[in-house]
Amino acid sequence: MSSTPPSFLHLAVALDATGWHPASWREPVARPRDLFTAEYWADLVTEAERGLLDFVTIEDGLGPQSSHWLDPDERTDQVRGRLDAVLIASRVAPLTRHIGVVPTVVATHTEPFHISKAIATLDYVSAGRAGLRVQITARPNEAAHFGRRTVPRIEAYDSPAAQGVVTDLFDEAADHVEAVRRLWDSWEDDAEIRDAATGRFIDRDKLHYIDFEGRHFSVKGPSITPRPPQGQPIVSALAHDAIPYRLVARAADIGYVTPYDADEARAVVARIRAEQSAAGRAAETLHVFGDLVVFLDDDPAAATARRERLEALAGEPYTSDALIFTGTPHQLADLLQELQSAGLTGFRLRPAVAGHDLPAITRGLVPELQRRGVFRRAYEADTLRGLLGLPRPANRYAAANA
Amino acid sequence: MSKPLKQIHLAAHFPGVNNTTVWSDPQAGSHVEFSSFVHFARTAERAKFDFLFLAEGLRLREQGGKIYDLDVVGRPDTFTVLAALAAVTEHLGLTGTINSTFNEPYEVARQFASLDHLSGGRSAWNVVTSWDAFTGENFRRGGFLPQEERYSRAREFLATANELFDSWHGDEILADQETGAFLRDAKAGAFVHTGQHFDIHGRFNVPRSPQGRPVIFQAGDSEEGREFAASEADAIFSRHATLEAGRAFYTDVKKRLAKYGRRDDQLLILPAATFTLADTDAEAEELAKQVRRLQVSGATALKHLEFVWNRDLSAYDPDGPLPDIDPDVSDHHISKGRAQVRMYRDPLATAREWRELAAANNWSIRDLVIETGNRQNFIGSAETIARTINDFVQADASDGFILVPHITPGGLDEFADKVVPLLQEQGVFRTEYEGPTLRHQLGLAHPDDVSGEQRAAS
Ligand SMILES: Cc1cc2nc3c(=O)[nH]c(=O)nc-3n(C[C@H](O)[C@H](O)[C@H](O)COP(=O)(O)O)c2cc1C
Repeated sequence: MSSTPPSFLHLAVALDATGWHPASWREPVARPRDLFTAEYWADLVTEAERGLLDFVTIEDGLGPQSSHWLDPDERTDQVRGRLDAVLIASRVAPLTRHIGVVPTVVATHTEPFHISKAIATLDYVSAGRAGLRVQITARPNEAAHFGRRTVPRIEAYDSPAAQGVVTDLFDEAADHVEAVRRLWDSWEDDAEIRDAATGRFIDRDKLHYIDFEGRHFSVKGPSITPRPPQGQPIVSALAHDAIPYRLVARAADIGYVTPYDADEARAVVARIRAEQSAAGRAAETLHVFGDLVVFLDDDPAAATARRERLEALAGEPYTSDALIFTGTPHQLADLLQELQSAGLTGFRLRPAVAGHDLPAITRGLVPELQRRGVFRRAYEADTLRGLLGLPRPANRYAAANA
Repeated sequence: MSKPLKQIHLAAHFPGVNNTTVWSDPQAGSHVEFSSFVHFARTAERAKFDFLFLAEGLRLREQGGKIYDLDVVGRPDTFTVLAALAAVTEHLGLTGTINSTFNEPYEVARQFASLDHLSGGRSAWNVVTSWDAFTGENFRRGGFLPQEERYSRAREFLATANELFDSWHGDEILADQETGAFLRDAKAGAFVHTGQHFDIHGRFNVPRSPQGRPVIFQAGDSEEGREFAASEADAIFSRHATLEAGRAFYTDVKKRLAKYGRRDDQLLILPAATFTLADTDAEAEELAKQVRRLQVSGATALKHLEFVWNRDLSAYDPDGPLPDIDPDVSDHHISKGRAQVRMYRDPLATAREWRELAAANNWSIRDLVIETGNRQNFIGSAETIARTINDFVQADASDGFILVPHITPGGLDEFADKVVPLLQEQGVFRTEYEGPTLRHQLGLAHPDDVSGEQRAAS
């Protein structure tokens, strides 16, 4: 297995319905009626694999999409409704061979035990290409879908009370990831022995209780699913602020960040690297990917016109937490290289219109990056960890025993 | 005119964490690798089986305080495997066992509705109610549920999930690119449920799936379990696969349907069944005997006896006589995490009965466990097995069987090649799938048509 040269950048796409622009579904290429079919998702992921991308992420949520950051809306002019992201990932995994599949999982209301075995199983189904993108939800309406607890309503995002709520949810997410990771290690790789002489199928000394105890839950273990092919599938998280930066630094393999320029990128990377050292992980590979929304056309005027057309359809200017890029593959390649030199190791591109901007990435941007010698010309590894330059990790429990 | 022949339903239970699975056979493959599931599912589909079935256990079994290591241990996540299998099959139903105690309705409903979309209408849910605190230690809720509440939670769980499935009707998505209307109705998916176990409201976020709701299975055997099935389920996964027990169970459950306003054909009875197939009946008997000895080693036999005796019996000789001491009938149970221990509701009586059986037949502990627990349901040549299965179904011992082969993943291959064609020749098993969804194969109406029917009837 050859590894990626350090000058290479990593590239992922974030899949969300017909694309990230709220009016994307109205574009002729959008296929909005196919959104709830397996074929739609298979086509997108196959296209991403054609472009030799590292992985796709799939958005998810425990309630309908909303234009409001905290509350549901009653709009009928945007896509509403989605399929479970883990199941989409699993449905497309057997149809692909190299690309990583990274569904979103919401930590706030779900069971670490279920999530751990689901992602482990995705890793089996994809032969070592699974990961997860962990997310929290502070939406009171989503808490009401579960009815187990109320999430205090955040009035202003910057208030101390809001910070308290968010800190608490991220602490819980960190616990969730910790429990999930321990469960992945709860079987040693060679626990299944099939020893005919003694009649034992497993060596139970190689199975481990994880005995996780946190403020919100405790989990005994071991998992019911043996250690997945990658040992530890990839854990990733989107981070805009100090609290999530800490989660990324402590628990993730990839953080997605949203700087608007190279200086901001440098500052964000520095903060995450500092947290990473503080967490005692300085020696480990931790990727910091920039998130960008892209409107991509061979002619810059065409990209601008497309963005304007969509804004006119939506009736409002498009805003995003991430930098919005509008232009040509050549210009985007310039920007990505500039951000890379500021310390980002890869990018998660959010196609504004999946049916248009995804093929523009795979057939326009990727060849451009290849010409510049900064992107792979063939898949160099069989697993997602391999593509990301991460070794298969030792099992924490085996190490403790040795 | 004689009664028309019933059509047989056949399903394939993936052999995994079960004491019938022979993992020591040289042909036995992985119980976790996806390739095993693909092999098994493709065989089932080639044979035109109705569906593939996955069981579930949410904590590794323990006995005497230690993880039980004599059977297969380890299984993948049910939903995730079924979604992946949807990619490599076209018609085969995908039935997952999912617990109603250690899950929440909103999440499970999303998963089944998603699976139904991603498989083009082939999902089914076996609702089980295992509640023990031992399993609960893996979950946020812990072991909070008293045994007597397991069905009250299961009923409300299923009712709530149905409210979520029904919160979309199927005509909400316009996706009209010209007018810009994506949804017809701003409140699509709205629901409110207030009950003893769940108090939830909001909007469900998965639009109506091809089958409307997944097909519902039930596998509990108690009085409450049978009532739950009669009122709510489309099919029962039972353990009564012999002619006599099967007929008794069939009659018992079907007669409960009328009081819920349901017809006999709205609930299928599908027992789990094992089989041993060979060229001749005599060879099959011989092979079956060998398989049983592989399934039940001396060590396994002692462990099995411990389910009833509820004591450490490791000092006994499996090739010797049964213990003289009586079972421990205290509340503490030596075995944890299995449904089997509840099969023996009166351990003292079972112990007495087994001692008499062993004495009368001169059986050792191992012989007894093999003869009482592991005798295959169908043993014989393809002709014999096809005839027996058909006879059982026509005699209303069941509506078909969920077959549990003893080898992973190839244990169904010979059955598919040899037995299925005979059933097809007799005109009692399909040669082509009836339609795209699992409801088509099972002869079950779409829920929208059922409610229409009930509206018309009332
Ligand atoms: C044939 C059969 C198969 C079952 N399979 C499972 C299973 O895979 N997972 C599980 O948790 N419970 C399983 N059960 C347990 C039941 O579904 C049920 O929830 C439990 O036995 C308690 O209900 P009861 O007292 O009505 O039997 C099974 C039961 C039967 C009869």
